[in-house]
Amino acid sequence: MKLDARRIGLSLLAPVLALVVAFVITSLILLLAGDPVAEVWSTLLREPRPRTVVNILNGAVVYYLSAIAVAIGFRMNLFNIGVEGQYRIAAFCAAVVAAQGYLPGFLNILLGLATAMVAGGLWAGIAGYLKVKRGVSEVISTIMLNAIATSLVAWLLTKARDTSAGSGSNVTNTKAIPQSSQLDGFALVPGASNKVYTLLVLAVLVGVLYWFVLGKTRFGFDLRAAGQSETAAVASGVKVPRMVLTTMILSGAVAGLVGMPLLFGQDHNYGTTFQPGLGFAGIGIALLGRNNPIGIGIGALLWSYLDQQSNSLQITAGVAPELVFIIQGVIVLAVVIAYELVRRLSVRLEQSKVARELASPSAPTPEGATA
Amino acid sequence: MANKDITFSVAKGTIHALVGENGAGKSTLMKILYGVQRADEGTIAIDGVVKTFKSPSDAIAAGVGMVFQHFMLADNLTVLENVVLGAEKRHGIGDGARERIRAISTEYGLGIDPDELVADLGVGARQRVEILKVLYRGAQVLILDEPTAVLVPQEVDELFDNLKALTREGLTILFISHKLDEVLSVADDITVIRRGTTVATVDPATVNSRQLAELMVGSELPTPQTEESTVTDRAVLAVEHLVLSARTGTRRVLDDLSFTIHAGEVLGIAGVEGNGQAELVEVIMGMREPSAGKVFLQGTDISDWDVREIREAQVGYIPEDRHRHGLLLEAPLWENRILGHQTQRPNVKGPLIDAAGAKTDTTRIVEDYDVRTPSIFVTAGSLSGGNQQKLIIGREMAHDPKVLVASHPTRGVDVGAQASIWSHLKRARREGLAVLLISADLEELIGLSDTIRVILRGRLSDPFDPDTVTAEQLGAAMTGAGAGAAGAVGTAGTAGDAAPDPEATR
Repeated sequence: MKLDARRIGLSLLAPVLALVVAFVITSLILLLAGDPVAEVWSTLLREPRPRTVVNILNGAVVYYLSAIAVAIGFRMNLFNIGVEGQYRIAAFCAAVVAAQGYLPGFLNILLGLATAMVAGGLWAGIAGYLKVKRGVSEVISTIMLNAIATSLVAWLLTKARDTSAGSGSNVTNTKAIPQSSQLDGFALVPGASNKVYTLLVLAVLVGVLYWFVLGKTRFGFDLRAAGQSETAAVASGVKVPRMVLTTMILSGAVAGLVGMPLLFGQDHNYGTTFQPGLGFAGIGIALLGRNNPIGIGIGALLWSYLDQQSNSLQITAGVAPELVFIIQGVIVLAVVIAYELVRRLSVRLEQSKVARELASPSAPTPEGATA
Repeated sequence: MANKDITFSVAKGTIHALVGENGAGKSTLMKILYGVQRADEGTIAIDGVVKTFKSPSDAIAAGVGMVFQHFMLADNLTVLENVVLGAEKRHGIGDGARERIRAISTEYGLGIDPDELVADLGVGARQRVEILKVLYRGAQVLILDEPTAVLVPQEVDELFDNLKALTREGLTILFISHKLDEVLSVADDITVIRRGTTVATVDPATVNSRQLAELMVGSELPTPQTEESTVTDRAVLAVEHLVLSARTGTRRVLDDLSFTIHAGEVLGIAGVEGNGQAELVEVIMGMREPSAGKVFLQGTDISDWDVREIREAQVGYIPEDRHRHGLLLEAPLWENRILGHQTQRPNVKGPLIDAAGAKTDTTRIVEDYDVRTPSIFVTAGSLSGGNQQKLIIGREMAHDPKVLVASHPTRGVDVGAQASIWSHLKRARREGLAVLLISADLEELIGLSDTIRVILRGRLSDPFDPDTVTAEQLGAAMTGAGAGAAGAVGTAGTAGDAAPDPEATR
């Protein structure tokens, strides 16, 4: 269909534009700093080794979960900045519960995942409840809850740390989960010694569910309607306060899953070295992927790719790998601006298209319209 | 292309009316004249000098001012503060500005006190503040977008007196309206726009409103005339002693309302906006809980049902503000077909959206209701107002409503769409639908209703008979004029015998 082809073109225009802008601005920064521009790009853009490919995939898995959690909120016009805190609380709770080994092997993993979802959902639910009952902006409350979560988990860790090596030891992580619940991963990339997280499957499943629930179900329709126009949603029978709470809890539950590939596939416990910052990355990736499950997948891969490729910047180009943060930041900024520009452009194009097709009497009678 | 080959000229010191169907290109033209949008070709000349407006500030600098249909005033600021906002450089924000406002007000007979709070002003006065704002910025040409849409007949007359006073002082007025009788009575020249182009400029002395309307649509058109009564004795919607208190304070927004609508009956509610109409609709549709009183649907108490339950019980709803309450502007037409009926066939199958069913039915609505669109996949926001409204009506009618709550169903809709909406309402009424019709268009109310009641400060008047009542009588009841002693507002303008003489209330 012609219209759809143009729509796809328009929606690709924005991210491509943003990437180009990020490329130009980063180059300018490098020039200003007197750094070797060509070496930096050749390092970042060279073909990754198999081992790095695995790392890129693994990084993308957790980013993807985080971005989907943020995107659920975005679809309902909620800005869940609290994914960061939600996944930490959730990973801690899941680590503690799974380490007990209440259930055998696979079931224990499911129990861990369920614990994480409940913990993340409840933590996000606090912000949802405050918004519904007290009118507190979820932006403020989730930021605050992030700070609380970090401190809370640090404090709880002192109570729940692994003391098997003796109470005097300085171990700062929880007890490891049983061997039978640790996931080996898939050897997807030939020639790589490391493996892709088994919970890649979980990320794919979450992506499919996200697409299905939001796009194909009544609940998803209500959620999107409330996000597009709260007043129209109310008039159509959506209970918006309940929807706010539900969306927040759902977003938190998915956020709870963010740490799971790490917990079951790599760290096997929760400790002070557990990877931070995943929640904030998710915001940028959700914006870049435009809340689209496939777009988010591409965004997550790009993010992870930049992360991994930046590791050798110091050696090959003598530039700090932190440069990548600049690139990522510029991409997010550019993407937000580009989307708004493209949105306005497409609205204008469509309006003039409708006007044109209705004005010219010779226009072919399209489906469903009587001339 | 929204506009092509628009040509007209406005003589200094005259009122020039611009009429045309919605979607004919009036709004685009106005945007071009006011610098919001730029023309691809052609020129605008003021006093013979060609001007290019890159932004509204260019237009203001050239002496062109715009009075929008929807007032752009901050309620919690005074007139003075509203007027100087954005024009602080002209006469400051203090006594200089106050003097200037007083001077303008006196010069053109606007009767505006700069220190009054806008929240305390009536609709007519607010509009005069909008006009004053434009004059304060030095406008010589005023563009008014449907200025009478929000006014009662008496206020309309006042506005027209004001406008004539302005032209006597040498100002030029471009007046955009749907209401042809008004246009004929006030304009010196009339330009008709159809499908984006000027079809004729006529002298109001030589045409009548029917001819004018036919010029606009290019064909003959019907009038809103009630056919023989189809009222049955089967009560469908009954409201008993409904009270709604304001969210803050103890004021009653709805004060002891009672009425019954039978199958095949249209109850028209007239009233100046803000007298409780919107709240009445919100209570009936379940968006707000009444403080006291009950609403019955076919004998069942639905007072504490939520919106979805009420909609599932076949209560159709045409909202007052279709952009805010009736549509998802950025969603395609077929998704808008689902809105409000998310739990009903053909939109859903169990918990899943039935996209195929919804699309098929959207196509049917587009055909049956003559929604002019290139496809059902364009966003609702890209359609013109009339076509959006036809889609909403088609959607509501698709679920065999027992009751239809219709708020201003033809507001901002062109004559062609208006006629088709009226005929759909009449057909539904013949088939036994009970309609609660809320409208600011008195002609529409008189033409469609079986009974008319006026709402004033949350109270309903006694019924008027649409066959005998005049617009002036309704207008008097709407403003509370002619009620005699204060406090007797609720019984203002009792039908027939006690109808106040409109002349006496001026």
